[in-house]
Amino acid sequence: MTNTRKTQLAFAAIAVLLMIIGFAQSWNVSLGILNLCLISAVMALGVNMQWGYAGLLNVGVMGFAALGGMSAVLVSQAPIVEAWNAGWERLFIAAFCFGGTIAATVFCYRKLAPGRNRNLALTLVIVAGLSLTRVFLDPAISSIEAIEPAKTGFLGGLGLPIIFSWLVGGFVAAGIAWCIGKVALGLRADYLAIATLGISEIIIAVLKNEDWLTRGVKNVTGLSRPVPYEIDLQASDWFIDLMRWWHSGSLAAIDASAGQQALKQFVIDGSSIFVKLCYTGLFAGVLIVVLLLSVRALNSPWGRMMRAIRDNEIAAGAMGKDVTRRHLEIFVIGSAVIGIAGAMLTTLDGQFTPTSYQPLRFTFLIWVMVIVGGSGNNMGSVLGGFLIWLVWIEAEPVGVWMMQAGTGWLDESNALRLHLIENAQHMRLFFMGLVLLLVLRFSPGGILPEVVRKQKNTV
Amino acid sequence: MSFLSGADMTGGYGGADILKGCSIEVNEGEIAVIVGPNGAGKSTAMKALLGMLDLKQGEIRFRGKDISGLTPQDRIAEGIAFVPQTNNVFTSMTVFENLEMGAFLRDDDIGETVEQIYELFPILAEKKEQLAGELSGGQRQQVAVARALMSQPAVLMLDEPTAGVSPIVMDELFDRILEVRQTGVAILMVEQNARQALHIADRGFVLVIGENRHTDTGAALLADPEVRRSFLGG
Amino acid sequence: MEAVTDFTSALVLLLNFIVVPGLSYGSQLALGALGITLVFGILRFANFAHGDTMAFGTMITILVTWWLQSKGVSLGPLPTALLALPAGILLTILLLVITDKSVYRYYRQRKAVPVTFMIASMGVMFMTNGIVRFVIGPNDQRFLDGERFIVRARDFKAATGLAEGLSIKVSQGLTIVIAIILVALLFWFLQKTRTGKAMRAYSDNEDLALLSGVDPDRVVLVTWIITAILATIAGTLYGLDKSFKPFTYLQLLLPMFAAAIVGGIGNPIGAILGGYVIAFSEVIVTYAYKKVFIYLLPQSLEPEGLLQLLSTDYKFAVSFVILVLVLLVRPTGILRGKVL
Repeated sequence: MTNTRKTQLAFAAIAVLLMIIGFAQSWNVSLGILNLCLISAVMALGVNMQWGYAGLLNVGVMGFAALGGMSAVLVSQAPIVEAWNAGWERLFIAAFCFGGTIAATVFCYRKLAPGRNRNLALTLVIVAGLSLTRVFLDPAISSIEAIEPAKTGFLGGLGLPIIFSWLVGGFVAAGIAWCIGKVALGLRADYLAIATLGISEIIIAVLKNEDWLTRGVKNVTGLSRPVPYEIDLQASDWFIDLMRWWHSGSLAAIDASAGQQALKQFVIDGSSIFVKLCYTGLFAGVLIVVLLLSVRALNSPWGRMMRAIRDNEIAAGAMGKDVTRRHLEIFVIGSAVIGIAGAMLTTLDGQFTPTSYQPLRFTFLIWVMVIVGGSGNNMGSVLGGFLIWLVWIEAEPVGVWMMQAGTGWLDESNALRLHLIENAQHMRLFFMGLVLLLVLRFSPGGILPEVVRKQKNTV
Repeated sequence: MSFLSGADMTGGYGGADILKGCSIEVNEGEIAVIVGPNGAGKSTAMKALLGMLDLKQGEIRFRGKDISGLTPQDRIAEGIAFVPQTNNVFTSMTVFENLEMGAFLRDDDIGETVEQIYELFPILAEKKEQLAGELSGGQRQQVAVARALMSQPAVLMLDEPTAGVSPIVMDELFDRILEVRQTGVAILMVEQNARQALHIADRGFVLVIGENRHTDTGAALLADPEVRRSFLGG
Repeated sequence: MEAVTDFTSALVLLLNFIVVPGLSYGSQLALGALGITLVFGILRFANFAHGDTMAFGTMITILVTWWLQSKGVSLGPLPTALLALPAGILLTILLLVITDKSVYRYYRQRKAVPVTFMIASMGVMFMTNGIVRFVIGPNDQRFLDGERFIVRARDFKAATGLAEGLSIKVSQGLTIVIAIILVALLFWFLQKTRTGKAMRAYSDNEDLALLSGVDPDRVVLVTWIITAILATIAGTLYGLDKSFKPFTYLQLLLPMFAAAIVGGIGNPIGAILGGYVIAFSEVIVTYAYKKVFIYLLPQSLEPEGLLQLLSTDYKFAVSFVILVLVLLVRPTGILRGKVL
């Protein structure tokens, strides 16, 4: 079966699954899943660029996604003027000190000859610089966090439409990726994995603890939306008219007073579906743009070079390709895509909760998507994103149902039965691992394997 | 009939055949040397004898027994020892531990063999507690040969033992190899330094693109004008 | 005279809040990093499942401990968990041997690249994590019993007349003692026994080890067995000292990897050194020195702030920064480990 045919079949199957969920559970649930599928697909595309195109192992997906989430907060929240007034001077001096420390460190590193003296100078510069930064930063933080800690207690953001944060999230993630890539690329392949694992843990720690920046574990809720609010929709005449027209068939069948009631319900249900559809449109737009760009990049000379480097670094290096630099490029771009997806996710949630970033959900699940979908194949990653998210979401109710059915012969209050049902949700981790291992072993190319272009006219 | 022989060996590492009907043999107490230009399949012929590549045809016999079907590990257990060209010592282990690893498959007392080795390679006795990775190139080669001898092999195979060592060390190594021959071991060697190697060889094989070009005693090959012209630089 | 007691008090403070916790946490990390480094040295991949292997072993130990406790068995002053350890170790060995036979062996036979092993280890990590959460749940579990302290702060103060107390928990003392015994045993095994030497040889130079007649399957099997022993004991000690929560064990991966790499990956002594380096750095950097300086400085110079370099929430950052520094300055680690 060709890949195109398989792609069509696979996406048709997913569409059918979503429809089944739509009819059996509700369209609201189905669209909710679809939206997360779209975001997952974008994230998987980012990982696929790094892994599939270049063979780079990024185990810090969670961190880059969280950076995107943070950007959503920093872009869309209104600035808290009191907090800025309370701390801005010191904050700027601290930022200046911090920048100065970095500049001085780089200067020392470049200008001094390697050796004990340089190490000593570097240590001194860093310690002194960071201490100085702390001298200004600490009071700035406490004065900022003292401003209405229960409601705000942070600086707020730029007050721009949240949709800008998708771009900003990409840039922030790219910046951090550049730093980490500078250090870890060019060393052993597994060092990048461990370095990214580390940076993602640190990013989460920062987001959890720097209350002045992100409110930390107090979360930021009520983020603004790029799409209309349900309440507003329910009050707008055009939307009510739209619902009346949409449901005109079923409304005509009942009498007027019941019709009013039914229409009200239709409007309420419809508004939340409408909002979800708006998101679907936005996310699908991003996905298509990223996908088109990815496909173009992969088929360009640059993409060919990437694959050449992936398949044989030494040969590519010998032909004059700057392997480390190309790796850095793709690592930064891939991380940016993950950052965009992270910002989209926080936008969809409408809130930023640092504690919700868990490596199994945000890093390793995305990896399963890429491997199962087909590493190196963009459509494969999209498919993996859809499929694995569907399974991940539906595994929970199915698992609980299976446990209930399987332990039906036990008493209702049996301790074992209660335990099994309560913990059934954790079995999905087990099944995800199993799926990953099975695909890796029996179909290492994934569902849609990478298309290897055969050279024509081989002798 | 010879002690270890590979007859009519044909094969390669997948793809094109490197060996094309090549035959090599060596007897007890004898030094056999394989020489030839680069890419002639010298090392490959040796690896074929050890079972490290799949042969399409040909037969390997050892002590009159067909061993073509055995894995390299089994052949080592039968009494064939091999010294690779590079990475041939355990750099993070002491000289003595390297010797112990050489005797890994033996369960009798190895003390006596160790003494014999120390007699043969006195420098190793001196450096027995030192890490092999800290030794000079020539000393490392001695450790490598000594490690292989620890299994008390009947056949010792050396892949370019003098590659990358200085001429003085090379002479010393050849002296040692001659001494090893005294103990009755059959020695099969691949060498780049063809002239010196043929000087100590009882039997020489000149390979060209995977085929035997000349086979004779070392002295005879050295005297053969064609061999001299083509392979020994006049 | 007062200056002397002040100085001693400051020392006791440092001993109590830095040396003792650093030693016990360092021992736990060292045992964990040893498992990572052994797998790396022999099987040549970074094992992402190691944290969850620890969690699995600890979980079994906890379950058996609870069972023993329910039967009224106890070790007196020592935690009952010690009695349950063998069961935890055995089942963890079983788990690792099964994963090796069903997952890793296939890739070994095909001589797959290390990255493939690493991804496979992620799959194993998922599955092990799922099992642990399924069986014992995602929450905190305590299973410490017996005596709590070897030295109580109150008793110490009474005995020495100092203002500051020193307390050593049983779990801390146990950790250090067991770690020393275990490391001694491991080194004896690696240096003196035939199998141990075969493992070192295999790790040093796989081809040459095969040429010497080393049986690779046996070496791999023994490696997993040792890894299981180390992981279960390290996990149990960590759980006794702090508490058991599956997620924490996943997070321990980072400091353990850092310890293994900082010391020189593939090098057992390096792993131990790395464990202590990471642990002490974490403790030193996150400790608030205010009280120490109050003792040491004259009253007029008493510090205002906590004098804490970094909040405890950032202890992961410490392992990471050390890791990055080592990668920048000396990628082979403090004691030269393997470089690709």
